[in-house]
Amino acid sequence: MNPLAIIGRTLIALTREAGAMSLFAWRGVSAALSPPWYWSQLGAQFLRIGYFSLPVVGLTAVFTGAALALNIYTGGARFNAEQFVPNIVVLGITRELGPVLASLMLAGRVSAAMAAEIGAMRVTEQIDALETLSTDPFRFLVGPRILAAVITVPMLVLVADIIGVLGGWAVSTQILDFNGATYIRNTVDFVTQWDVISGLIKAATFGFIIALMGCYHGYRSKRGAQGVGRATTNAVVSAAILIFAANYVLTTLFV
Amino acid sequence: MSDMPETSETPKISIRGVHKSFGSNHVLQGVDLEVCAGRSMVVIGGSGTGKSVLLKCILGLITPDSGSIIIDGKPVTHLSERKRAKVMAKFGMLFQGGALFDSLSVWENVAFRLLYADGLGRKAAKERAEAALNQVNLGAEVMNLSPAELSGGMQKRVGLARAIVAKPEILFFDEPTTGLDPITADVIDNLIRRQVTALGATAVSITHDMGSVRKIADDVAMIYEGKIIWRGPVKDVDNSGNDYVQQFVTGSEDGPIKVLAR
Repeated sequence: MNPLAIIGRTLIALTREAGAMSLFAWRGVSAALSPPWYWSQLGAQFLRIGYFSLPVVGLTAVFTGAALALNIYTGGARFNAEQFVPNIVVLGITRELGPVLASLMLAGRVSAAMAAEIGAMRVTEQIDALETLSTDPFRFLVGPRILAAVITVPMLVLVADIIGVLGGWAVSTQILDFNGATYIRNTVDFVTQWDVISGLIKAATFGFIIALMGCYHGYRSKRGAQGVGRATTNAVVSAAILIFAANYVLTTLFV
Repeated sequence: MSDMPETSETPKISIRGVHKSFGSNHVLQGVDLEVCAGRSMVVIGGSGTGKSVLLKCILGLITPDSGSIIIDGKPVTHLSERKRAKVMAKFGMLFQGGALFDSLSVWENVAFRLLYADGLGRKAAKERAEAALNQVNLGAEVMNLSPAELSGGMQKRVGLARAIVAKPEILFFDEPTTGLDPITADVIDNLIRRQVTALGATAVSITHDMGSVRKIADDVAMIYEGKIIWRGPVKDVDNSGNDYVQQFVTGSEDGPIKVLAR
């Protein structure tokens, strides 16, 4: 086959996919920001994305903070800079690891669940049924999920920031012989508002990506168990890749 | 529904020259069909002949490539979201698999349009849902069950209750008896006939179950290779003079319709 034809076909397919995703995102955001709002749906999504993700996010954060403290201590010891553990832990957690790792866990948990649920609704004609019942599926399904994710993921990341720092504190005080009060004072003195806020801006962006990928791939799910399975996989993989890409772009803007 | 002859008044539903293709698969190739108010039209045809696509085009779930769908004299093919919702308010639809919402209870499924589209309070909506469930011979004991706890026949009846609860002008039935045992299928057919008559609604059904056709149809149209090849009153379906219809009605392997070719 002509290699130019392959390249052309791939580019056209990529452009078509990007266009479809952009239109989907536009309809989803429009639905999220304009009435009518389905409050019961929004409340349910707050619970599913936010409250029920707390254990996963908390455990991820505590172990990340703890491992980070150990690594920074080991690396710092080579330059006699062990005392910087609290400073670098809080910087790493708030600006980078808190939002990225929490969002990656949520991509696995939330994007997959959204894609599977909406995909199953697609193949069992429940989405068609919504339309015949004079209810816009974008307002009923997509809008509440996007809105809930954009609001709750930063809240989860804020919790992850606190738990991550506490993970570092626990290891530093229990294993590395740091003084607990000094550790906390160094952390608080060092961290700036922008460190936290830039992480939360990242989290809101990642929340949008998580919900968008879950809804988009679920909504376009093909028939059958295989179709729903593929939609779920695509949602998680594309959300994870887009989170990494968006993280790089945002980091370049924020440094 | 009645044996009334067709009149010259504006048809309730008019389908003119509708084409729809999916890639190289030309599913609808110029469908023309009219359904008069208060009549029950059943579209028959084999699997893969375009029955479901035609129904979804009328409902606005699929946009035709060309041609027009006219409801009450007004074209509905390209409508805004708001106008589409107004047209949908005239419709009630029973899906093949029921398409009940897993996350909601039976009564919330039945009352869905009242709760979410019409803004009715939960108490009033629940009363209307209970009345609709009674009309399809289901009692209050199923109201709080989840759809997954119901049998196939019960799910169809809940789907029918959801279709009729807002008293629609036009009812659509997609393979209403598929997957049901003969007795339950007969129950569903009788319920459909009774409810369509009670509402004075226009009905459009698609099926390949001839028992169902004889129960619920006033008029029958046969679709084959994306076109309507015959239409007439149900009493003529056995003597249509059309070889395709004759083969379909008798369920014979011999005839112009080649199964392997589809």
